[in-house]
Amino acid sequence: MNLKETELCLGLPGGAETVESPAKSGVGNKRGFSETVDLKLNLQSNKQGHGDLNVSGSIKEKTLLQDPTKPPTKAQVVGWPPVRNYRKTVMATQKNGETEETMSSGGGTIAFVKVSMDGAPYLRKVDLRMYNSYKDLSDALAKMFSSFTMGSYGAQGMIDFMNESKVMDLLNSSEYVPSYEDKDGDWMLVGDVPWPMFVESCKRLRIMKGSEAIGLAPRAMEKCKNRS
Amino acid sequence: MTRDRSEMSEDDDDQQSQSQSPPLDLRSAAIAEPCSSSSSSFSVVDSTPNKSRNCISSGTLTSQPFPDHVLENVLENVLQFLDSRCDRNAASLVCKSWWRVEASTRSEVFIGNCYALSPSRLTQRFKRVSSLVLKGKPRFADFNLMPPDWGANFAPWVSTMAKAYPWLEKVDLKRMFVTDDDLALLAESFPGFKELILVCCEGFGTSGIAIVANKCRKLKVLDLIESEVTDDEVDWISCFPEDVTCLESLAFDCVEAPINFKALEGLVARSPCLKKLRLNRFVSLVELHRLLLGAPQLTSLGTGSFSHDEEPQSEQEPDYAAAFRACKSVVCLSGFRELMPEYLPAIYPVCANLTSLNFSYANISPDMFKPIIHNCHKLQVFWALDSICDEGLQAVAETCKELRELRIFPFDPREDSEGPVSEVGLQAISEGCRKLESILYFCQRMTNAAVIAMSENCPELTVFRLCIMGRHRPDHVTGKPMDEGFGAIVKNCKKLTRLAVSGLLTDQAFRYMGEYGKLVRTLSVAFAGDSDMALRHVLEGCPRLQKLEIRDSPFGDAALRSGMHRYYNMRFVWMSACSLTRGCCKDIARAMPNLVVEVIGSDDDDDNRDYVETLYMYRSLDGPRKDAPKFVAIL
Repeated sequence: MNLKETELCLGLPGGAETVESPAKSGVGNKRGFSETVDLKLNLQSNKQGHGDLNVSGSIKEKTLLQDPTKPPTKAQVVGWPPVRNYRKTVMATQKNGETEETMSSGGGTIAFVKVSMDGAPYLRKVDLRMYNSYKDLSDALAKMFSSFTMGSYGAQGMIDFMNESKVMDLLNSSEYVPSYEDKDGDWMLVGDVPWPMFVESCKRLRIMKGSEAIGLAPRAMEKCKNRS
Repeated sequence: MTRDRSEMSEDDDDQQSQSQSPPLDLRSAAIAEPCSSSSSSFSVVDSTPNKSRNCISSGTLTSQPFPDHVLENVLENVLQFLDSRCDRNAASLVCKSWWRVEASTRSEVFIGNCYALSPSRLTQRFKRVSSLVLKGKPRFADFNLMPPDWGANFAPWVSTMAKAYPWLEKVDLKRMFVTDDDLALLAESFPGFKELILVCCEGFGTSGIAIVANKCRKLKVLDLIESEVTDDEVDWISCFPEDVTCLESLAFDCVEAPINFKALEGLVARSPCLKKLRLNRFVSLVELHRLLLGAPQLTSLGTGSFSHDEEPQSEQEPDYAAAFRACKSVVCLSGFRELMPEYLPAIYPVCANLTSLNFSYANISPDMFKPIIHNCHKLQVFWALDSICDEGLQAVAETCKELRELRIFPFDPREDSEGPVSEVGLQAISEGCRKLESILYFCQRMTNAAVIAMSENCPELTVFRLCIMGRHRPDHVTGKPMDEGFGAIVKNCKKLTRLAVSGLLTDQAFRYMGEYGKLVRTLSVAFAGDSDMALRHVLEGCPRLQKLEIRDSPFGDAALRSGMHRYYNMRFVWMSACSLTRGCCKDIARAMPNLVVEVIGSDDDDDNRDYVETLYMYRSLDGPRKDAPKFVAIL
């Protein structure tokens, strides 16, 4: 006997399993503060942290629910089972983390690389596959390391290595430039190859002062010439 | 057994408060009012020695104030030894001079609901407070049942106390909204500040923590427990002063931001009193190893990630077990945030000493778990994920004969997930761990028989929280409701003070609760009961009930009205998605002026204008709060 049919439920008309209310966050919300919550998962730190984690927690849950290998599950009731958001978020991060571990060992579809910046006290990690262009990456890194700017790149976001003087101008400034370690173990300037190729070959990022990166420029131009 | 709050986050109050009423209840307030408002009645008591209840014989008394001063001095010296707040409450009710002396000697204040009174009332009554415990949002707010920005702001408290208690040493907050500015004010206003404990709080970030670390030079305890701390990208560890610190406890496992490990190493090295250290997941196994070598005096350790990022070269792999072996004093172990199970055996050397073990973020299988737990004979507190399965629980039952507290959390917290633990595990625990006092158990299936067994085998139970994750799920063997199981719990566990029910429950279960639950203080109900009678049984039958939280249950106006004689003696009542009307809530608000009746989030639905989505009501000495957001209607 499906006792749920006899359950006293004051949900909105037409609302299936979800027992919803206007005041709660979650699916099918009629009015709501969740609409004002920033849906960006990682890139911004803001004091709506609580709301973000709520939404990102539920978004992560939805992703798990939509896994095609599992049978479709019914929609979840808000706040049930009563596990704190904090715990749910930690577990969700772990579950994603586990898929990362297994996938990256196969050289697969996640591309987490460490990012260090000279003078910054700690490393960060970025998933290059989250970005579509150098510009996106630059914006994300700018937020992470707020004193860092990517300098002036060409329209496609690539350094024009064929133009030697432009490169030297950039490097002689005191601005920071990103460099990366590629598959061969060489340290290159970011921007020398088309974005998809960069994502494939980048193993690690280091943001250094332009003046220190000068030594990398000749090699970068060398490789660039070899490729074209 | 008193449990150190900073070791595990506690949902329930201290043991001390289990059967007592909070200090600022209306009875003592009622006595307070005439005292402070009317000076003539004040002097009448003072100058009439016969009326003052002292033991000096009336022959030696004169009408001078001198004997009263002597009495008050004596009283002050005696009352200083009274720690328990229930004893102090009782003392304050004896007479006015006792009330006065008690108020001037109370140094630790506990406020279970920050909206029960205003900060100025606190500072007016108690003049020498050095420690404050303050709780804010109701517990159901943890489960998204309340919109953010509801309130519970720490700001008015810190600004009032900054002027009144410059000697303040300790602040312990739970479910409060704390901003960086609040932390800055705290750090600047209290030069002798020693202990900051923030449990399930939010609204601040690493920049606020940095200010506290930097300015509170006498800081002994900085415990951030299950709080949401925004990453302001501040190297707060480096903000601690350069010289030797007084730090005894540093817990930052909930801070989701990388830390400067070198600075942390330096900090630990110059903190000789450090006993408790709980690292966040950004500290790797290798880094943990270095810390342990530098701090063998630790008693409580949160291990951070317990993993590492890069492939280690096997010849360079540090001897983790040796580091743990050197920590002879570790009795409390937690962390394992991103556990690599192959490294778990490193903790073997400390297992035999452990009294507290928290694996609740570690997805370990029974095979990895059993060898560990078989060494933990002294374990009293154990938290884990259900990934250890019934098999793992059987191992716990075999070994941990001293177990007092067990919490099993779901790895997959969905209603219809696979359930690796069941009545089998519960039965095993009940048979093996006879001293059990507190249990929180998430499962997908359960039987009355196992719950009844626990009620019979574990007479020391004070906290019983069973969450059968499928709503309205009956006993999966008999198909019957779970009434008999929970009934047995309230009947047989004579010390029970906290109960959370689940599964298919009829009004009968509530009849049992009302009849037998004489010491129950906290009751959590979800998706249970058939009619108003259920709630009436509880409201009419449980004399010690303080905190009642109900969701999605068919209780309506008649039931709510039936409890009106109780609400002034309770801390709060929460009812969401029940069958209450606004009209009834208004009636109650009118009839009970010292009760604040909040209706949350149901005023924009024109069709359902009378329907109350969420009711949160609580007693208050200072009337409705002024900081209620738009979605809260105070009736």
